[in-house]
Amino acid sequence: MNNNQSALPETTATDDPSMVSAGRPARAAGKLSFMRAPQQGDETPKLALEDICLSYKTTSGQPLVALDNIRLQVKPGEFLCIVGPSGCGKSTLLHLIAGLHQPTSGRVLVDGHRVQGPGTDRILIFQELGLFPWLTVKENVEFGMKMKGVAKARREEQVERYLRMVHLSQFKDSYTHQLSGGMRQRVALARALATEPDVLLMDEPFAALDAQTRDLLHDELERIWAETGRTIIFVTHNVREAVRLGDRVVVLTFRPGRVKREYVMDMPRPRHIEDSEVAGAAREILGALREEINKSLEEQYGHEAAI
Amino acid sequence: MKQLSKQIVFYSALIALWVILAKAKIWPPYIFPTPWGVWDSLRAGFSDHSFWIAIAVSMKRMLLGYVLSVVMGMILGLALGSNKFLEQTLGGLLVSLQSLPSICWLPLAVLWFGLTEKAILFVVVMGSLLSVTIAMETGRQQMPKIYGMAGRNLGARGFPLFWYVLLPASLPYILSGLKQGWAFAWRSLISGEMIFVSLGLGQLLMMGRDLNDMSQVIAVMLLIIAIGYMVDGLVFRTMERRLQARWGLSSAT
Repeated sequence: MNNNQSALPETTATDDPSMVSAGRPARAAGKLSFMRAPQQGDETPKLALEDICLSYKTTSGQPLVALDNIRLQVKPGEFLCIVGPSGCGKSTLLHLIAGLHQPTSGRVLVDGHRVQGPGTDRILIFQELGLFPWLTVKENVEFGMKMKGVAKARREEQVERYLRMVHLSQFKDSYTHQLSGGMRQRVALARALATEPDVLLMDEPFAALDAQTRDLLHDELERIWAETGRTIIFVTHNVREAVRLGDRVVVLTFRPGRVKREYVMDMPRPRHIEDSEVAGAAREILGALREEINKSLEEQYGHEAAI
Repeated sequence: MKQLSKQIVFYSALIALWVILAKAKIWPPYIFPTPWGVWDSLRAGFSDHSFWIAIAVSMKRMLLGYVLSVVMGMILGLALGSNKFLEQTLGGLLVSLQSLPSICWLPLAVLWFGLTEKAILFVVVMGSLLSVTIAMETGRQQMPKIYGMAGRNLGARGFPLFWYVLLPASLPYILSGLKQGWAFAWRSLISGEMIFVSLGLGQLLMMGRDLNDMSQVIAVMLLIIAIGYMVDGLVFRTMERRLQARWGLSSAT
């Protein structure tokens, strides 16, 4: 038992929190696996990110390091939340896991196998959802299965099952523009689940929704997660959302994106932000996030001053 | 409603003016036809089936040529889209070729294919192929990238990705090009038929000239306008409206 297992277990990326973003992520990941080992035995992680780096040239020709040495391991069935300021590359990280882009260096492993491209074992729910407006709700949900070559009868069955799961059975023949934002969000969730991915990647899925709808969808997502046992990686900039849902919360630094700190959330579910433990965790994570937000603002102002 | 009444007034006035000028007999009827003469020509043309036959022949050429150019335009557009080299070379050539009226292909077509259906088909295809190709290319560029990513993410690749995702996603952007392609094909066909005599509406028009039958000339012209307008109004407008309703783009909602 190490000190990471305390009441509000916080695993810092480095031993000394003041040195947090000083670029020692490799050590952080080492620490992480050490921390997890006593909990779960040595099963292979569902998903492993090995020293992921991504850099590209901006339109002005400047090289930009978006992600720097990201190391993460995700257990099967884990609900991992990633928070970070805008521009830290958290969406990009999901795209890499989904196989839509390739990292500059490093590897993404699913069940120990290297990810080479998109695959239906990892389904990404985009921030903009990417629902197909020319298809009905039912056809949207069916799409992934159709591409996989699932037989029609089975597809019907699955569509029914997942639409019932997200409470949209009556809307199966509607087009997506006829639905509200929260309903569209649930269609995207059903469409992702229907392909039966091992890993569900969610990119700020609830950011555009009003608070009530978001709360409702948190409950639903938690229920569906428990029901289906999927591994979920959930990117958000909303700390309350992260502590509400995550088994673990990872904070990324601002440009280049590195793992700043990880927090294990072992409070009982369903959690309420009013609970002192949850609120305490949120405060702490928010503190870490704020440092990064400030850095991003400084960079922005500095940039403007330079012009 | 107001729009309609305005139009009724406008067209009534136009016909009234025509009647007055015809009654005044300023010009002989083979130069300035009378409304009743045109009406008689229309009736005669439909009752002796010559108009019906001409419409059928022209429409058959049109459909065949148009379907061919849509299919070929899709393939060409796809090739341009998937290959940077082709896009930068062939793409530019196609745009510049579009400034060539497609009837200019007729001499070449006649030398290649002789006075056959193939020659006229070639002219029709050349009329609309480029519009369709360029429309495909624009559609690919303007279509939101999210759909392609979502499609790949859900396991679509290769032809299914194109057919089930990229094509429908770019349809709103392609549709105007398809419409333009139809209009160009229609113009090319009629001009082709006027020069290259073998049935069809264009030939009927020239026959009117040869017989000094101005009424028939006007009647056929009206027919060409009516058919062009009907296809545009019925087929393409309906498609547009349906697409907009489906996508939720219509101004009504």
